[in-house]
Amino acid sequence: MSNAQIERQWTSRLRRSVVDKLPPDKLLPDTQPAYVASWIYVFGVTTMAALAVVIATGCILAIDGPQWWHSSSLGHFINSMHLWSVEIFFFAMVVHLWGKFSMAAWRGGRSLTWVTGAVTFLASILAGFTGYVSQTNFDSQWISTQAKDGINSTGGGAFFNVLNLGQMLMWHIVLLPIAAVVLTGLHVIMVRVKGVVPPFEDKAEVSA
Amino acid sequence: MTKKAFRPDVDAPEYKGAYVPYDIIKEGAIAVLVVVILTAALALVFSSPDEKAITLKTWSNADAVDFARTAGDELSGTSGVAGYGAPYNNGGTAQHWGFLAPAKWMGVHIPINTATDFVLDPLQSQPAQPALTAAINQWKMASSSTVTAWTDAYTKAEPNMTYTNGQVKIPSSGTGPMPVLINYLTQMARTGALDQALVTQNGFYTTNYTKPLLFLSDGSYLASLGAAQHLGGDQWGMMNETGQYPGQAWLWLYTFWYQIPPYNASASGDFLVWGTMMILTALMVLLPFIPGLRSIPRRLKIYRIIWREHYAAQD
Repeated sequence: MSNAQIERQWTSRLRRSVVDKLPPDKLLPDTQPAYVASWIYVFGVTTMAALAVVIATGCILAIDGPQWWHSSSLGHFINSMHLWSVEIFFFAMVVHLWGKFSMAAWRGGRSLTWVTGAVTFLASILAGFTGYVSQTNFDSQWISTQAKDGINSTGGGAFFNVLNLGQMLMWHIVLLPIAAVVLTGLHVIMVRVKGVVPPFEDKAEVSA
Repeated sequence: MTKKAFRPDVDAPEYKGAYVPYDIIKEGAIAVLVVVILTAALALVFSSPDEKAITLKTWSNADAVDFARTAGDELSGTSGVAGYGAPYNNGGTAQHWGFLAPAKWMGVHIPINTATDFVLDPLQSQPAQPALTAAINQWKMASSSTVTAWTDAYTKAEPNMTYTNGQVKIPSSGTGPMPVLINYLTQMARTGALDQALVTQNGFYTTNYTKPLLFLSDGSYLASLGAAQHLGGDQWGMMNETGQYPGQAWLWLYTFWYQIPPYNASASGDFLVWGTMMILTALMVLLPFIPGLRSIPRRLKIYRIIWREHYAAQD
């Protein structure tokens, strides 16, 4: 096989494209622009750290099944960690979102970075909600019976039955975590490809 | 090469300033460590709520009359679920706004006949008893006009229903087999057999609690427990959970609409709230593409605080 043939392979093309757009020094940078100097930047990485703890505690809860935490003090503690990491996750994510809004962080070809972040927020809300209705306690009974009316009114209740524990649990532990992790990954890759949005400058021009 | 006007809310200037050392892996490791410690501390200090789930057994033992009244409504087809509409049945008008009625368009996907599913089928799953079998047969053989006459008479007498000496008693005549059926169902519920019957209608293995949850939601027992925990719809209930916990605080805007008119006064309030939230959500997701909205951050100038060191260095 000639070099030209090798260069035309899908694998070769994909590797070139990935390395061009995201070379190692962009993926794992060791410097950053001096303007990235505010506490607001901490909340992005805090959101990801909290997501890691949410997933780790969720995995521990999954080992002995959805009822374990009701009868085990260790299980209850892990459930508490799961709950509080979710609270930290959402707190950090909301601060991160408002921070990025204040910076108009979609500027300079970063629109999709904003969109993936916003969609991740929505997927996370759904993940949190399905967790609340999968607790197999009074809270899940109350929240599911209250929430059904809103979802049913949109027609979504025909396929997304919040009173069906099995369906909600599967969404909570399989589909939505996958969505949240994939979306977060895409979001982070876009941040690394485009870099952190620079400050507003009043007098500037761009090439067309 | 042509030049086009710089759009400050869309374009970003090229940064030609200084770069500083940045250890992304160390930052991530520290963030995880801090979150783990903080999470563990919060879990140790505040724990998490775990109010035990209620059952039809606990409900019927705590308030047999409320259970029996609800069961009567399920049998007569006058309960909330019986008149709910899609996706459960065709019993009511689905929530809508003008011609927009997506629930109605989707139709019945989770069919629920409250008389059959909540009362008659569970009773028939019990060991045969002559009085019960006769009552079920009488109900099934009756014409619709006869059933209507029985349910009308039963509904009128319901306010005087009592539970004494282990029996549901309703001082009325002309109610056909309804008192017998409801009394048997109440006895069944008090033993826990109704909980089992409702979840096993689709076989031995099940993870679907739609029927018992809908039955519970029709009574006032669940609502009273929720209200006591400050979880009512008018108490910002959807975002709260039992005890003094933050709950789903991120749903504050969604829950907010339920507190104000026209949302809290409309029969289609849920649909209006969801419609409003869908519009707001679309605005948030598509913010970079919406002129005017995407200019807000530049006009608010909060970024001047965030990048104060950068601007100070420029000055």
